[in-house]
Amino acid sequence: MAKDLVNTLADLKEQEAIEIVKDRLSAGDDPFKIMEDARKGMEIVGKRFSESEYFIPDLVYSGEILRVVTELVKPKLTKTTESKKLGKVVFGTVAGDIHDIGKDIVVFMLDVNGFEVHDLGVDIPAQKFVEKIKETGAPIVGLSGFLTLAFDSMKETVEAIKAAGLRDKVKVMIGGGQMSDEIKNYTGADAYGKDAMAGVSLAKKWTGVG
Amino acid sequence: MEKQWEEMSSDEKQEEMFNRWLSPKDSQGNGLKFQSPQTEKAFKDRITRIKDAIQMKKLPDRVPVFLAPSFFPVYYAGITPQESMYDYDKCCMAFKKFVLDFEPDGHLGAFVPGAGKALEILDYKLYSWPGHGVSPDASYQANEGEYMKANEYEALIDDPSNFFSNTYLPRVFGALEGFKMLPALTGILEMYGVAVNFIPFGLPPVQASYKAFFEAGAEALKWIGAMGAWNDEIAAAGFPIIVAGFTKAPFDVIGDTLRGTRGIMLDMYRQPDKLLEALDRLTPLMIKMGVGTAQMAGHPLIFMPLHKGADGFLSDAQFKKFYWPTFRKVMMGLIAEGVVPMPAAEGRWTTRLEVVQDLPKGKTLWMIDQSDIAKAKKTLGKVACMYGNVPSDILAVGTPQQVKDYVKNLINTCAKGGGFIVSNGAFFDQAKAENVHAVVDTTKEYGVYK
Repeated sequence: MAKDLVNTLADLKEQEAIEIVKDRLSAGDDPFKIMEDARKGMEIVGKRFSESEYFIPDLVYSGEILRVVTELVKPKLTKTTESKKLGKVVFGTVAGDIHDIGKDIVVFMLDVNGFEVHDLGVDIPAQKFVEKIKETGAPIVGLSGFLTLAFDSMKETVEAIKAAGLRDKVKVMIGGGQMSDEIKNYTGADAYGKDAMAGVSLAKKWTGVG
Repeated sequence: MEKQWEEMSSDEKQEEMFNRWLSPKDSQGNGLKFQSPQTEKAFKDRITRIKDAIQMKKLPDRVPVFLAPSFFPVYYAGITPQESMYDYDKCCMAFKKFVLDFEPDGHLGAFVPGAGKALEILDYKLYSWPGHGVSPDASYQANEGEYMKANEYEALIDDPSNFFSNTYLPRVFGALEGFKMLPALTGILEMYGVAVNFIPFGLPPVQASYKAFFEAGAEALKWIGAMGAWNDEIAAAGFPIIVAGFTKAPFDVIGDTLRGTRGIMLDMYRQPDKLLEALDRLTPLMIKMGVGTAQMAGHPLIFMPLHKGADGFLSDAQFKKFYWPTFRKVMMGLIAEGVVPMPAAEGRWTTRLEVVQDLPKGKTLWMIDQSDIAKAKKTLGKVACMYGNVPSDILAVGTPQQVKDYVKNLINTCAKGGGFIVSNGAFFDQAKAENVHAVVDTTKEYGVYK
């Protein structure tokens, strides 16, 4: 009987997980099913992170194991692993700020919790957020920032969304470094998320699933 | 008869370092000439106040107050970060205005912007700076990467200096590519070793790299000339700088600029023993770096920016295994030589407080940002002076009254019994001037020990 990929990945056993995937591939197992198990494993990782059983290094390592697994499986995949998503989120670090560690953690957590995240990257001008919202129709926007200069960039981004006539179509959350409810009010965002779990809760609440 | 340095206890060494700070030399090595007897008294009163807070032996006359900004003085003076990095006179003007307008007990000098032209000459890749990757009105920011590869631990452990000169520097400085061709200098042993080992120094890429090296050195010298004159002037006006130099926790050395956050986190799982060995290898180097700078500056305080040890970045077990042991060793090594380590716990360190309180009393000075400050006072605060906790958000968008209330509450929570200094908790760029004034003025008004 094949060993359990879901739990092996969730327990961060890299070598074992790779062995299982190789065995299953050579046994002719459906690659789509393998990826589905990997996704379930990542879901458990996210859950353990939200319960403070796992920390950032565990997320990073699980992401690395998933990358290796995906590389093994990808050549055999005939159909894409489109699973049903909870909702779309546009995410990025605001203009002038190039920090990405915090942003990447929230994006990771939103992803494993079933959201379709459009990660724009770092140092993103307000207009780029506006364009991406228009393109995707995402109802949720996440603004990340580490520096105090991000206070004004976030404010400008929210204003640009407003100027584009999209403000009542999206909910905006902010987070990172020196952010707070005080800054949420200053920027005109809808909510401040203290950490990645708070970001996920907000997104779930706003899509009506939480 | 005066005791020789080698014969002194660590207590005596610390006292001697404070004495040197109290009788400063100017940048030419002569005794500093104060503007007036009043400014000399103000200078010494400020240091004594800080010293009493750090040593925790007797109460200072009042709670000291620091201001530790990043680029705030630059914006406040109406220039851009880019100007402050390229025009040293403008930089000095901005930071002088900052210190004289706000009058804190301790400040960080005018060192924050650094020498932009030197970075340009070297083609520095580790940071983006104004005009080079970020806009002229933004602060510089680090570009994380794997500047040391996963399979290079042996090379680092075998010979850290050689790894830096021949591998790391060529990666982080585009202009130092040629250093990849350098020999190991320990090979220059005998008659026949000379010619052979000097061959690389004749090669055009190596010579081009040395040319950039020398040009950057000349620029750095120009910059330190401006900084030295600035320090003399500001100290003569009665305002001591609170940092002589810096060193780092070994885990951050590897996690920040060598392997990067992602790299070091994977190494904790894939090659923990190599990582631990490298951390040990770097420990004496980080001690020497701090002690050497403090000795040269005649000043006891050595700053330690902390990064990857914050809440959430590591589990409790990982913190105790990978971060804390060598971090503590570095601090103990500094303390033994009379240096006061100044670790800056930016972000939240609430879950680490019980671990890091394992330190001798009155020997360290901790910057606390968003950690639970009441808990910090009850744990780390028993053995160490703390400064910080005034949050960036209210400095930037709050009112002076909010700041005043915050500082009063902070003094009530933390200042009892000494061992506390009011300060901002994170290095800030944006703030309202009236809010920054409120930090200093409230402390001076409410912080008097009766």
